Amino acid sequence: MLAYTVRRILVSIPVLIASTFIVFLVVVNAGDPVANFATSRQPRPSPAAIQAFARHIHANEPAVQRYWNWITGVLHGDWGPSVQPNLDIGHDLFTRFRVTLTLVAAAMLIALVLAVVFGVFSAIRQYTAADYTITFFGFLFLAMPVFWFAVLLKQAGIWFNEQTGSQFLGTIGEKSPYLEVDTTWNEFTDRIGHLALPTITLALVSFASWTRYTRASMLEVLNSDYVRLARAKGLRRRTVMVRHALRTALIPLATVTALDIAIILGGAVITETIFQWHGMGEMLVESAATVDVYRTMAWLLLSAVVVIGFNLIADLLYAVLDPRIRYD
Amino acid sequence: MTVIGKGEESGAVLEVEDLSVAFPTEDGLVRAVRGVGYRLDRGDSLGIVGESGSGKSVTALAVMGLLPATARVRGSVRFEGTELLGLPDARLSELRGSGIAMIFQDPMTSLNPVYSVGYQIAETLRRHNPGLKSRAARARAVDLLGTVGIPSPERRVDNYPHELSGGMRQRVVIAIAMANDPDVIIADEPTTALDVTVQAQILDALETARAETGAALVLITHDLGVVAGHSDRVAVMYAGRIVETGSVEDIFYTPRMPYTLGLLGSLPRMDREEERLTPITGSPPSLLNLPPGCPFAPRCPLRREACDTTEPALRKAGHDLHLSACHFADELVDTGAAEVFDAVGADSEALARFADTTTPPPHSTTAEEDSA
Amino acid sequence: MTDTEAAGSAGTQLPPTEHEFTITQRTQTQLVLRRFLRHRAAMVSLVVFVLILLWAFIGPHLWHYSYQKYTPDNSQAPSWKHPFGTNASGYDAYAQVMRGTQTSLKIAILIALGSTLLGAVWGAVAGFYRGFVDSTMMRIADLVLTLPLFAIALVISSRSGGSWYWIAAVIAGLTWAYVARVVRATVLSLREKEFVEAAKALGASDARIIFRHLLPNSLGPIIVNATVLVATGILTETALSFVGFGVQPPDTSLGLLVSQAQTAVDTRPWLFYIPGAFIIAIALTINFIGDGLRDAFDPRQQRVRQ
Repeated sequence: MLAYTVRRILVSIPVLIASTFIVFLVVVNAGDPVANFATSRQPRPSPAAIQAFARHIHANEPAVQRYWNWITGVLHGDWGPSVQPNLDIGHDLFTRFRVTLTLVAAAMLIALVLAVVFGVFSAIRQYTAADYTITFFGFLFLAMPVFWFAVLLKQAGIWFNEQTGSQFLGTIGEKSPYLEVDTTWNEFTDRIGHLALPTITLALVSFASWTRYTRASMLEVLNSDYVRLARAKGLRRRTVMVRHALRTALIPLATVTALDIAIILGGAVITETIFQWHGMGEMLVESAATVDVYRTMAWLLLSAVVVIGFNLIADLLYAVLDPRIRYD
Repeated sequence: MTVIGKGEESGAVLEVEDLSVAFPTEDGLVRAVRGVGYRLDRGDSLGIVGESGSGKSVTALAVMGLLPATARVRGSVRFEGTELLGLPDARLSELRGSGIAMIFQDPMTSLNPVYSVGYQIAETLRRHNPGLKSRAARARAVDLLGTVGIPSPERRVDNYPHELSGGMRQRVVIAIAMANDPDVIIADEPTTALDVTVQAQILDALETARAETGAALVLITHDLGVVAGHSDRVAVMYAGRIVETGSVEDIFYTPRMPYTLGLLGSLPRMDREEERLTPITGSPPSLLNLPPGCPFAPRCPLRREACDTTEPALRKAGHDLHLSACHFADELVDTGAAEVFDAVGADSEALARFADTTTPPPHSTTAEEDSA
Repeated sequence: MTDTEAAGSAGTQLPPTEHEFTITQRTQTQLVLRRFLRHRAAMVSLVVFVLILLWAFIGPHLWHYSYQKYTPDNSQAPSWKHPFGTNASGYDAYAQVMRGTQTSLKIAILIALGSTLLGAVWGAVAGFYRGFVDSTMMRIADLVLTLPLFAIALVISSRSGGSWYWIAAVIAGLTWAYVARVVRATVLSLREKEFVEAAKALGASDARIIFRHLLPNSLGPIIVNATVLVATGILTETALSFVGFGVQPPDTSLGLLVSQAQTAVDTRPWLFYIPGAFIIAIALTINFIGDGLRDAFDPRQQRVRQ
């Protein structure tokens, strides 16, 4: 297993390089930062200033060279020049990453737990009113645009705050700019309050899709021969349900969860934008709007590492959970 | 519906009386089992034979109480005097695996892939023997694996199902079935999914299981050859009913129902000279919309008006323990399949069409040719 | 042997179906169609979707307000004159939602078509040839799959200038890889079947086998995926437009409309809820249709009446 893991990691590196190189080419050609610089500043910069800027962001160098310099630079912690002066891309990236990580982790956890509960329940009570209701809402949530739901939740949060006279549900930012009474507990509840709505938003789509998946997986298992044999052995219903059905049905879910990370990241971008979190989502929108090549690449590199990493975790998890899969 | 041998008195280990099972589906009510009854005494060996869709598996599942909740089950199933139908599942689960055990058809999917075979055997041991410690259970599992003929059981006990061949997996299933010394073992097509060479081994393992536990065996199959060597009594099922039942000799040598006759005639025989096969044409009826009368009538060469109006009851044919459901069972005394069914004439015609050489045209009535 | 028996057995074959109710033969397409028609949610959804489609494309020609011209009525709640109300600048929301739906649908359908076309051919070729070709092609597809759809689309679209086919091309250029994966898996299982061997034995060229045998038999998963892609397409495009990187004014999309109505949820709710409802309606109906198609092509479960 260890050998397999190491091998997979080693193979991932050329994939990462190929992926980021292609993306680099795309990003470099997707926008013209120099033109943006020349036209967006007031007063208009002089030709000399424009030239200096172009040199600063390596705009006139061939793409391959730029890529090479950039990727080797990253290995030393040098993430390249941003169009915003004085912005340390690397430092900014990691600060924001921690913010986004909280959101993504919380959302995935809640979505997973709820999906298992509802999916299993739905499968056991197939064809009942409860099953149809859960299935319908699953469809509904899958069809609901994240941004629309987020705005709706934001409104609901404001309304809730007004009704209860509190400020518990934070709708702006990941924490309050200052706390009246600054204790650890207050800081904690403040964070939770601000985490609540964005987490629900981000969890929504994953919850819907994972519930459907769990339900389907559970149904398939419940109708399987080995569950029937387990019952024929005289095992009690509950034992069969947990030890045989659930255990086997959840295996594919574990990997689906890990593989959906790319979709969750996309959702996080939107969620953070609406709730004004200072996380990676805001960073991506900002760097795309300012045509900041190196900052965008930093974002995409980190996201690529995360996605490839999660793919690897998914595969390893599968091997751990299912004895039929062994990589030797 | 006649019950074979009323068994209110003791001795019978399993009595099924007038069992009916129906499934509501989108297209209507499927009557899969329509009044089946049989009786098993201690140590008996009954073979249930029939095509796919005859209801043989559903009967077994009904006995075990493993049908889906939507199934409508009527009749009576008594295990050592206790009525099983209507029992709460908790009570039934006490009996399953300890009083009555079942073996299913496909060994590739019968075992849970994420647990070792030893674990799955120990599971049933510990379920029905609450005081049993895991170490003792494991030792017993090793014993059982050895009994069913798995080599190196102390190594195999920790294997996962996918590490074993189909034949070995089926043996594990047999080991699970015999683990708690059941009084009845129901084997639902235990060899159908396996190679012919492995079949004999599995049937031997079943015999061993029977010998060790003293259990009565219900062997369900579509293969008459299997039944011939391993059952004392046979029940032939068609369209959800038993259409003939008797001892193995009765059924094989003096069948009294055209369907049975047809089944026997469609088997290739290695011990006789070149005989034409006499297959039964047509296919089994839809259980959704059974027309009145005998369900075999559309395919029966003896079909007459009575066959289309009334379904024949299971009646004595020959002697007390040989019953058959045919209005004209008496006419079948001393007949062979070839006398009732047409032999396959189509083959030679088809061959003639393809052949370039001049083949003599086939005779129009091959039955005439063959009958003495 | 009596005479009656001899007469009864020799040669006479009673038609076996005379005794039972008859079953008509149906082609594969007919079977699929029949199963689909029985799926109520899918049928209703199909009707609703087609209605929305017609409304979005034909409606603007029949409506007297244009989505680009403002009227003197500002911020009005829905009324007979303006069924969906008006916004702060006086634009008729009904016309805007129609136009937005049209744009979003155009993009979503183009995404589905383009992505399916490219992905299906890619996957079929890879699955058919296997070996080195397969390996290379699927590596490329896997590479594309590691790219987060929304992020990349966002980055690329800043160049698009809002033209709808460019946005569709960008999104399709990322989603084809998933289709390729699915089609390759189907083709891999199909190519082991005997009809491929038979075709080869009859001298069919590779292209012919792929296009005339393998792809048509993979239609089930392809069609199901295509419908899912329409839903993905519309949700992705509206999200892009919402953050400002999709459709640009003066054209409008449902995402753009929601974005513009963000601050008006309390004051002018009709501007927020109606476009949102349309996005949900489209995605929902598409999902039901996709579900119905999936069941129609592969009816493994048994529906048991209660």
